[in-house]
Amino acid sequence: MPEITYREAIRHALAEELERDANVVIMGEEVAQFNGAYKVTEGLLAKFGPKRIVDTPITEAGFIGTGIGASMLGLRPVMELMFWSFYSVAFDQILNNAANVRYMSGGLINCPIVIRGPANGGTNVGATHSHTPENVLANHPGVKVVVPATAYDAKGLLKSAIRDNDPVFFLENTILYGEKGEVPTAEYLIPLGLADVKRQGRDLTIVTYGRSVIHSLAAAEVLHKEHGVLVEVVDLRSIRPLDIDTVLKSVAKTHRVLIVEEQKPFASVGSQLAYMIQREAFDELDAPIHRVATVDAPAIYSPPVEVEQLPNPQRVIKAALEMLG
Amino acid sequence: MNGASAANSPASPVPLDREFLLGLYGKMVLIREFEERVKFLFLEGTMPGTIHQCQGQEATATGVCAALRADDWITSTFRGHGHALAKGLTVQEMLDELFGATTGCCKGKGGSMHMGNMAKGMVPGIAIVAGGIPLAAGMALAFKMQRTTQVVACFFGDGAVAEGAFHEGVNMAAIWDLPVIFVCENNLYGASTRIDKVMKNPRVSARAAAYGFQGETVDGNDVLAVYAAAQRAAEACRNGQGPVLLELLTYRRTGHSRRDACHYQAKDEREAWFSRDPITRFATQLLARRDITQADLDAIKARIDTQIAQSVELAKQAPQPTLADLTTDVFA
Repeated sequence: MPEITYREAIRHALAEELERDANVVIMGEEVAQFNGAYKVTEGLLAKFGPKRIVDTPITEAGFIGTGIGASMLGLRPVMELMFWSFYSVAFDQILNNAANVRYMSGGLINCPIVIRGPANGGTNVGATHSHTPENVLANHPGVKVVVPATAYDAKGLLKSAIRDNDPVFFLENTILYGEKGEVPTAEYLIPLGLADVKRQGRDLTIVTYGRSVIHSLAAAEVLHKEHGVLVEVVDLRSIRPLDIDTVLKSVAKTHRVLIVEEQKPFASVGSQLAYMIQREAFDELDAPIHRVATVDAPAIYSPPVEVEQLPNPQRVIKAALEMLG
Repeated sequence: MNGASAANSPASPVPLDREFLLGLYGKMVLIREFEERVKFLFLEGTMPGTIHQCQGQEATATGVCAALRADDWITSTFRGHGHALAKGLTVQEMLDELFGATTGCCKGKGGSMHMGNMAKGMVPGIAIVAGGIPLAAGMALAFKMQRTTQVVACFFGDGAVAEGAFHEGVNMAAIWDLPVIFVCENNLYGASTRIDKVMKNPRVSARAAAYGFQGETVDGNDVLAVYAAAQRAAEACRNGQGPVLLELLTYRRTGHSRRDACHYQAKDEREAWFSRDPITRFATQLLARRDITQADLDAIKARIDTQIAQSVELAKQAPQPTLADLTTDVFA
């Protein structure tokens, strides 16, 4: 199977869906002529032309709102946010309009928009450009939230997202764009709302998603080799819909849960997970649910400190050993 | 008074077909009587929620929607009852919605501020000020990409003009020549604040030039003037010369919302505008024709009163949603 980067996987998904459905359009700041701030859309303008790959002004509320309106009347816009951090200036459009129009219309309106772009810290860009808003987004009934960790998942999930009739918010990661992974050449789709057990184990379940999956897998390897601990790593892939069944199956097997998330801890995705796990599997738990999250402060600029602010393999190993202590 | 000269302009000549004119008159009376009845239902305590009403502004919705085709679209706001009636939503589906019934146009899930009906070309009211403006640009983008000749009329008030979404949405429509008629119903007040306190330049239509397209100020209490302006705007949009900004000067006879007694409107200002009431003015114009009599107008009003009264009784009996309905229509 060929290895391609996470970035290329997303690009291939976009190209295949543009080819497949004339209603798919890509819009965003410098997505066309400049090939995207992170070069995800490279070459698409040349192949599909300026009517399908559309440069917008720097106007997030404007172009996201435009995409929502277009999606209500049959287009399938895939909007690129240069950073998901900029969602705050389009908040009304994203969470009042996209999230609510189906419901408020009594189910008459589809809103098949995808909003995608990177949402991560770890690049020393400080507090305004390092937001991870998946918890804020997922708090709104009517939206779907996807956070892929690998090239394979990114491609299969994005293709499903584009075909979905609800708004799907697709959160990528600048640090993963260059990471390679095996991706088949034949077409495949990954349904939204299906977690993936990335590593089998029996002593401890790590529930995680996004780049924290990579950290958790690295930690699991060390925990196995140096401590003889067998860690199961469950990658949620999709925050909403949430595949709680796969999580609970793993809990029933290991009886210990560590949540690893690149999220501020207060009212995070992990907070919701911990509630659901204790509610559904209280008798399975041999220890309190534990969590490694972003340290609760605005994203710091300082490079050495930011590494410690975010989840990393060392923090995951330490937390796991505390639990197994 | 802002825009007084335009609002004082002589009434337009009436060269149009009798049935069409009576249709415009009937639509305005329908909006007025609907709103008056809804107000009564709120005051007597039988209707929930809040209301933002449009008595006095009937000519804007009626004139604009008369210039649209059935397959054209509108976006509306929290003050959307008039727009909905003008676009063809029925009294029954709207009253049912206001009573929260499953037979309402939004199954009782939208309510007063979010009325719409996709089959009639109206998306749910976008009740955050200016929030519908980027959406309208997007709807027009869809028409352009699908190579149709449809247009979207985007209604908003003078209060929306200071919002960032106005600037962003209008600019998007401008740079891509999108078929949007931006319809600013300038009723001189954003909630209770008069526009001269919040706009250095109170001429809303002048803003179009900043974005590079045409803007026009029209007497919004003259239904034929509104109709003519909207026709020109729709024509321009269909010919690829959109967007267009229409500033329709009008006046709200009631408070901003249910609990607003409207004390901030000066007495002389109210009287001046009431003397230009769109329905009374149009009736005078119609009665100047030999083929329209007061009896014709009375018959229209009587028919509408009966229709509304019957619909109210049905709406009061309409089925209410259950807890099971709460969580349907959330996802596709």
